[in-house]
Amino acid sequence: MKRLWVAFFMFWPLLAVVVCWFAADMNWWLPRHDGTIGGAEGVTTAFSPIGQRIDDLFHLILIITSVVFVGTHIALGYVVWGGAKNVDEGRKSVFTHGSHNLEVMWTIIPAGVLLFIALYQMDTWAEYRVKSTYPEKALRTPIAEITARQFEWRIRYPAPGREFASDAEVDQWLMGPQPGDLYSVNELHVPTNRPVIVHLRSMDVQHSFFVPKLRVKQDAVPGSIIPIKFEVTKPGEYELLCAELCGWGHYKMGAKLIGRNTQGHAAAIEKMRHDQEYDGITQPADSVVDQTESTTRMARTN
Amino acid sequence: MSTINHPVSSHDLHHAHHDPGFVRKYIFSTDHKIIGIQFLITTLIMLMFGGALALAVRWQLAFPWSYVPILGNMIEQFALQGGQMSPEFYTMLFTMHASVMIFLVIIPVLAGAFGNFLIPLMIGADDMAFPVLNMLSYWFMWPAIFCFTMATGLGAGLNGVEGATAGAAAGWTSYPVLSAIQAAAPGSGAAQNWWLLGLTLVGVSSMMGSVNYMTTIINMRAPGMTLFRMPLTIWAMFITAILQAFALPVLTAAGFMQLSDRVFGTTFFIPGGLDINNTDPSVGGGQPLLWQHLFWFYSHPAVYIMLLPAMGMVSDMLAATCRKPIFGYKPMVYSLAAIAGLGFIVWGHHMFTSGMNPALGMTFMVSTMMIALPSAIKVFNWIGTIWGGRPVFNTIFLNCVAFISMFIVGGLSGIFMAAVPVDVYFHDTYFIVAHFHYVLFGATLFGVFAGIHFWFPKMFGRTMNDTVGKMHFVLTFIGFNCTFFPMHLLGISGLPRRYADPYIHPYLEHLLNMNQFMTISAMLMGVAQFLLLGNFFYSMFFGKKCGRNPWNANGLEWTAPSPPGHGNFDIPPICYRGPYEYSSPLVPDQDYLPQTHRLTSVPNPNPTTAT
Repeated sequence: MKRLWVAFFMFWPLLAVVVCWFAADMNWWLPRHDGTIGGAEGVTTAFSPIGQRIDDLFHLILIITSVVFVGTHIALGYVVWGGAKNVDEGRKSVFTHGSHNLEVMWTIIPAGVLLFIALYQMDTWAEYRVKSTYPEKALRTPIAEITARQFEWRIRYPAPGREFASDAEVDQWLMGPQPGDLYSVNELHVPTNRPVIVHLRSMDVQHSFFVPKLRVKQDAVPGSIIPIKFEVTKPGEYELLCAELCGWGHYKMGAKLIGRNTQGHAAAIEKMRHDQEYDGITQPADSVVDQTESTTRMARTN
Repeated sequence: MSTINHPVSSHDLHHAHHDPGFVRKYIFSTDHKIIGIQFLITTLIMLMFGGALALAVRWQLAFPWSYVPILGNMIEQFALQGGQMSPEFYTMLFTMHASVMIFLVIIPVLAGAFGNFLIPLMIGADDMAFPVLNMLSYWFMWPAIFCFTMATGLGAGLNGVEGATAGAAAGWTSYPVLSAIQAAAPGSGAAQNWWLLGLTLVGVSSMMGSVNYMTTIINMRAPGMTLFRMPLTIWAMFITAILQAFALPVLTAAGFMQLSDRVFGTTFFIPGGLDINNTDPSVGGGQPLLWQHLFWFYSHPAVYIMLLPAMGMVSDMLAATCRKPIFGYKPMVYSLAAIAGLGFIVWGHHMFTSGMNPALGMTFMVSTMMIALPSAIKVFNWIGTIWGGRPVFNTIFLNCVAFISMFIVGGLSGIFMAAVPVDVYFHDTYFIVAHFHYVLFGATLFGVFAGIHFWFPKMFGRTMNDTVGKMHFVLTFIGFNCTFFPMHLLGISGLPRRYADPYIHPYLEHLLNMNQFMTISAMLMGVAQFLLLGNFFYSMFFGKKCGRNPWNANGLEWTAPSPPGHGNFDIPPICYRGPYEYSSPLVPDQDYLPQTHRLTSVPNPNPTTAT
C-alpha cells in the first residue's frame, strides 16, 4: 500500500508531462494564425516579431521549469519511496537537522537561474516598451487611435497621407477628432512588415487590447492614452479581444485586426475614405476634395 | 523574553469555582480554542458556499446558456428565460467566488482558526493576550458574511434594481471605473457598497487577530521557549500577523476611498470626461491606476498571508509524520521572513500590462523572480525532511506530500508570469487562474486538510477516521488536478479569464470539450468535500477517543489534555528544546523527545526561569 502511494504521487506529474508533450498536436497550445493542427510550422508561430520573442522566452522558461518540475518530483518520489522502505525494514529515521553545504548549494543555484531569466528577458521588454529604442519613423506615424467602450472598439485613423512632423503634432492629433479623419468600428486596419504604433484610450471603464495570435496586450485605462507598438509579419485577419473585465458583455467584446501589405493597406484606407465621404448623390471622385475643404472651413470658423 | 506569566496557584484560585454558562462558554466565548473552532466551522461552511459558486461558474463554461440545475428554477428571472443564467449573473458568480474563498475561507481558516487554536497551545500560554479582542475578531466575521451575502445581489433590491442580475460584478479586484461608477454595470449599484463594507469588516476582523497574535507570541511564551525554539507554525503565524498589520491599512484606506467615490463623489479613482452608458460625462481628476497600486500593495502580501501559515503547519506535520527533525530549521525561518519582506515590493507584477511606466516593470520583475528563491529553498527543505524518514502513511502525511507537489507547480507557473514579456501574453488568461488555484487550493487547502486531521484530536479529544480521510484525499487530489491542470493549457491557448462564453470567438471553439471535462472533475471534487464534512462532524461526537499525544509529537500543545480545559495546561509547561527532536539518540527507547521533557543528564538550558 505504501508503495502504491508513491506510484499515486508519481503518476500525475508523468501524466502532466505527457499531456503537455502532445498538447500542441491537440491544438491546446499557443494559438496559430491559420488554425492548423500539428507542429508543421515549427515552434514559433506568432505572426509578429515581439510575439516570436515572447514565444522563445516562453519555451526557454518552459524548458527550465520542466527540468525543475521533473527533478523535484523524482526527488519527492525517491524520498517517499525511501521512507516506505525504512518502515518495512524497521529502521529508525536519520537524525539530522540539515546540512549547511546543501542549503548553500540550493540557494545559490536557483538564485543564479532566476537571475539569468530576469536579466535575459530585459532586452525584449526594453525593445517594445521603452520609447527610445523604437524606430522614430514608426512613432511619428500613428496608424490609429483606438477608443474602447462597453462593448466595442472605435477606431480613428489620421487622414490618408497625413504626415506628422513632430511628436507635438502627434499629441495634437490625439487631442481630438480632426478633419479628414477616418472611422471604423471593430475593424482595425494595419500595414504588415513594418513597426507600427497605435494609441489606446477608453471612453468608459477599463478594457484591454488583446490580440492572442500576435501576443500583444495592453490595458486601456480611462483618462490615459497609451501607445502600443507591434509589427504584423503576415497579412491576414487576427482576433482582437478584451482581456480586462469591463462589465457583463466583456466576453463578446471581439473585433478584427486586419493586416495587409503596404499597397493593400493603402487600398483599404482609400476604400474606407470613399465609403465614409460618399453621400450617394454626387460623384465621389469630384466631391471628395470639396468636402474636405468645407469641413476644414467649418472647423476654422468654429 | 520568556517569563512565567501565570503562576499555578493564582490561576487555579481565580478560576476554580467559576462556570461561565453555555453562552459564554460556547458562543460569546473568550477562550481561544472555542474561537478557533468557531472560525474553523464557519470557514468550512463558507468553503462549501464558495465551492457552490465555483460550480455554477464551471456549469456556464461547460454548457453555456443551458438550463442551470437547481438555480434555474430557484431564481424567478432565470426560470422565465428557460433556466439559463445571465452574463451579469455570471460576472457576479466569479466575483463572489473569489471574495468568499479569499476573505471568508482561506484567510480566516489559517489565521483565524489555526492561528487562534494553535498559538497559545504551541507557545505554552493559557490564552491569547487580549481574549475579548479575540472574541470580537470572530464576531466581526458575521457582519462581513452578511455584507458579502447582500453583495451577491440580495441587497441590490434596495437600489430599485432586480436582485439576481445586480450582484457585485467587478471581480474580486474591483478595479475602478467599473466598480466606482454606478452606471457602469448592474452590479456596480448597491451591491458594490455591500461588497466594500464586507471587505472592510473582514479587514477589521483580521487586524484584531493580527495585533493579538503579535502580542501573544512576543510576550506570552512559556519559560524556555526562545524564538528559535518556536515551531515553524508559530513563526509563520507571527510573520503573517506582521504582514497583515502593515499591509491591511492600505486596503482599508483604498476601500473607503472607493466607497467615498461612489457615495460622496470624491473622484479619487475617476478621471473626468468619461461617457458611461450615455450618462452625463464624469467629473473628476482621479486616476484608476491609483486603486491598482493600493489594492495590490495589500493583496500581494495577502497572497502570502494565504500561504505562509500553511507552510508552517506542513513543516510541523511533516516532521511529526516522518519522525525526523525538520531539515534546515533556520533556513526555513529565514525564507519565511524573506518571502514576507520581498512580498512588499512585488505588487507591480500584477500591473505589467496596465500602462504603468515600463521601467518600473523591470524592477518589479527582478524582485518577483527573487521571491521564487525562498520558496524554492522551502521545497528543498521539505523534501530533505522526508528523506531518510520513517513516514506514517496516514491522511496527514499524504496531504502534506500533495501540498509540496502542488506548491511546486504553482511556484513554477509563477515564473512565467514574473517574466514581463511572457506575462504580456499570459496576463488575464486562464494560465493565471491555473497558477493561483495551484497555490491557494493545491497548496494551502491541502495543508489545511492535513492540519484538520492533525489537530482534530487536540480540538475534540477524538481522532478522525483515517480511511474516510484517505478517500477524501484521493478524490480531491484527482478532481483538483483534472480541474486545474488543463487550465494551464487553456491559458497557453489564449483563453481570457472572466468570459461568460468564450466559444463565440473562433480560435477558442475547440476548447469546449476540455472545459466540460474540467467541470465534471470539479463536481467530483465538490462532492468529495462532503466526505470531509461528514468525517469532521461524525468524529466530533463518535470518533475514536484518544489521549493527549496521539501522534507522539513533540510540541507543547501535546502535553495539554485533549481537549484542553480553560487555561489549557494542567501543569504550566517549561520548554527545554526545539520542537523537532524526533528519533533523537538521546532517548534510544522512543522516537520523540517532547519540548517539555527534562533530561536529567543534560544541563538545564535555562536555569534562571525553570524551577
